[in-house]
Amino acid sequence: MAVGTLDTFPKLLMHHAHARGARPAIREKDLGIWQTWTWKRFADEVRALAGGLHADGLRRGSHVALVSDNRPRLYAAMCAIQCLGGVPVPLYQDAVAEEMVFPIQNAEITLAFAEDQEQVDKLLEILPRCPTLARIYYDNPRGLRRYKQTQLRSYDDLLAAGSKLDQSVVDREIDKGGGNDVAGMFFTSGTTAAPKGVVHTHASLLGPARTAAEMEKLGEKDVILAYLPPAWIGQNIFSCAQAFVTGYCICCPEAPETVMTDMREIGPTYYFAPPRVLETLLTQVSIRMDDASSVKRWLYRKFMGVASRVGGALLDGKPVSIVDRFFYFLGDILVYGPLRNVLGMSRVRVGYTAGEAIGPDLFRFYRSIGINLKQLYGSTETAVFVCIQPDGEVRADTVGPAVKGVELRFSPERELLIRSGGLFREYYKNPEATRQAKDAEGWFHTGDAGFFDAGGHVKIIDRVKDVGQLADGTLFAPKYLENKLKFFPYIKEAVCFGHARDRACAFINIDPEAIGNWAEKRNMPYSGYTDLASRDEVYDLVRECVERVNADLAGEPEIANSQIHRFLILHKELEADDGELTRTRKVRRGYIGEKYEPLLKALYSADSMVHVSAQVRYEDGRTGTFSADLKIRDARTFAPAAAKHAA
Amino acid sequence: MILTVENVSLAFGGVRALQDVSFDVKEHEIRAIIGPNGAGKSSMLNVLNGVYHPQKGKIRFGAKEFTDMDSHEAAALGIARTFQNIALFKGMTVLDNIMTGRNLKMRCNFLQQAVWFGPAKREEMAHRRAAEEIIDFLEIQHVRKTPVGRLPYGLQKRVELGRALAAEPKLLLLDEPMAGMNLEEKQDMCRFVLDVNDQFGTTIVLIEHDMGVVMDISDRVVVLDYGRKIADGVPEEIKNNKAVIDAYLGVAH
Repeated sequence: MAVGTLDTFPKLLMHHAHARGARPAIREKDLGIWQTWTWKRFADEVRALAGGLHADGLRRGSHVALVSDNRPRLYAAMCAIQCLGGVPVPLYQDAVAEEMVFPIQNAEITLAFAEDQEQVDKLLEILPRCPTLARIYYDNPRGLRRYKQTQLRSYDDLLAAGSKLDQSVVDREIDKGGGNDVAGMFFTSGTTAAPKGVVHTHASLLGPARTAAEMEKLGEKDVILAYLPPAWIGQNIFSCAQAFVTGYCICCPEAPETVMTDMREIGPTYYFAPPRVLETLLTQVSIRMDDASSVKRWLYRKFMGVASRVGGALLDGKPVSIVDRFFYFLGDILVYGPLRNVLGMSRVRVGYTAGEAIGPDLFRFYRSIGINLKQLYGSTETAVFVCIQPDGEVRADTVGPAVKGVELRFSPERELLIRSGGLFREYYKNPEATRQAKDAEGWFHTGDAGFFDAGGHVKIIDRVKDVGQLADGTLFAPKYLENKLKFFPYIKEAVCFGHARDRACAFINIDPEAIGNWAEKRNMPYSGYTDLASRDEVYDLVRECVERVNADLAGEPEIANSQIHRFLILHKELEADDGELTRTRKVRRGYIGEKYEPLLKALYSADSMVHVSAQVRYEDGRTGTFSADLKIRDARTFAPAAAKHAA
Repeated sequence: MILTVENVSLAFGGVRALQDVSFDVKEHEIRAIIGPNGAGKSSMLNVLNGVYHPQKGKIRFGAKEFTDMDSHEAAALGIARTFQNIALFKGMTVLDNIMTGRNLKMRCNFLQQAVWFGPAKREEMAHRRAAEEIIDFLEIQHVRKTPVGRLPYGLQKRVELGRALAAEPKLLLLDEPMAGMNLEEKQDMCRFVLDVNDQFGTTIVLIEHDMGVVMDISDRVVVLDYGRKIADGVPEEIKNNKAVIDAYLGVAH
């Protein structure tokens, strides 16, 4: 088979079975031992399974749901479905039964794969409302022995039946497939509206996967740990599309709780983690470091200092003095190497993070100990890869330039528009939404606002609907400012205002733990949050943070005018119970603005004090009145030109 | 009948812990023993696996009949148990604790163990596999190599069940497997007990205070009060039994 015709997942699989049949394709830890499927074994399994599915009536174009954690059998099932021209629809395995109703009805799912009893129970529960669902295949038979439902069939049974059949029909079906066939459907989370099924073709998944793999020089020797939900497109790209393109090995963890251990055992060379995972890892390291002996703590402090000074520069290939190189070399032996080993990142060549803004300190920590962590930008609709930071051009606050083959531009409203071969075909049975998202010229409207920085990197600042303008027309991106503030450990929440006003101002919530520790170290007695929040020392501390943000902003001409001129520290912590935060702890800016209107007015006046009297609701349900004078402080701002000196 | 208890009486000096208790356990069932504090439930369990020797009465397990037996005999016959207060080796890992449960199944002699290569190694691999199957079954892979003392209580209880299962018992005695657990841990434990019963066909005798659990998962229930059997039957009968209600709620004297 010529490489040029390898335009679908199944064709690629058969190609690997020939070209590198004995190399590992997928691994899973079972009964404490890593079990390997070679590409040959993988292909055999897929063909047998496809034979069984064909006999069970799976035809071109029908949708099959998959509810499972990362398992070799899940990926085999996905590919078997694709062999016959069917469309795999992976669903989130931790979704409750109710959340599965819509996708199954919407996509007219006829067959479903379920990992175990838990998932089978969910599907059976909603069966009466999903009349199209005719068959449920289950992998792990535990607890299912006494289930009498005729829809149930075990994976083993399907496989055994399929391997006895003549599989030439499978080969014919594989040959019939083409790059423009639908390869998969991914449901968006749908927190605000009904979920949408994002339809991707083989070409739109494999194209970007191939481009990115070439850019990072991924090959058959690479290894990845598949630990994020298979229903998320990223997992599909990293542990399916890119593996199929390059022939690298996918490793499935033993259980969700064992990911850390599995990671150390496998030592992946290619890695993806959202910022919150990286943060959890760093917290674990810090906690364990605090418990270490004093010699180790001293070493860690000393050498992490060296690392944060020169580690990133070394990784970027920038010039570093011979003395620093020596110290870094020493630190690598004593601290960074062992640390990377504990994190399971000794062999990571390419690591990505994406999904939300990452704190610069967090990002630099990983880079400073020699892990090539980079940012990327993408979404379900774009098959992930839109922007990737190339080696040597890695920064904490951008997502990198466009990947080859991707066109980017910003609308007048600063919305990022994308045109590329990786764009989804449509939202399933939702032409209205498709038209809104993808215009006539094929530009996809991301809903994200941003701009190109001086180096041509894309900088995402906020959702378009939240971005406003100062009175002078400068871009005002509240979330961008708030994130910058929140990256300081002393600041827990921030709420920035400035839309249609002459300058930006902020409400600050201090972090009672971090500031509490800080106060204790300085022998500063305090009674509680409100007391801490009103201290002049604390105001000074917060002012420094705000001014550093301002200095940062001065370096970005597009938004330099949205520096924060005045701020106050709120007398109470923002609470979801009081409606100030959403349940996922996002600030509800509009509501807060209304609720604390007198404070907001004072911020935009010349007063340095504002009286507040408010109803507070205690945790036990009682209410009381609180009244105090809040201080308002000015923060120094920087002229855009003076940026370099100030920073 | 896998187990029959006939007219068993047990006394510690003047304290009569069990008086003339008779009941039976069918193959493959889940049999609960309940009763107020001090009713003699744990004593009964200790009689069943040979820790206490009753002064009177007979116990028939399978084809064998005893007036009393020692606990190592009970273990060899295929009776395993867990304890009310966890009795694991706190400093050893989960895996090692479960491996101790296979102690009676190891056949290699001291010399072979010392040389290790050959039969001893093969045997250890087989036992390790059995232990891993239990780890997989109880979903404790993530703590496989963690010392038991560092685990939360609910998990320790699960490990103890694992060690008992490692002996591949015909009869499993569980002494308050859900005591001190929160609702979620209890649900998990119930699921494991039912799965053990279903998948391995193990007969289970359990003592439990949580009536919801008892009524949900057991096939038949024995009720003891002050060392005497006051009721015996399926959960429905027990729930409505006057003597049982009186024993639990007390009656006016």
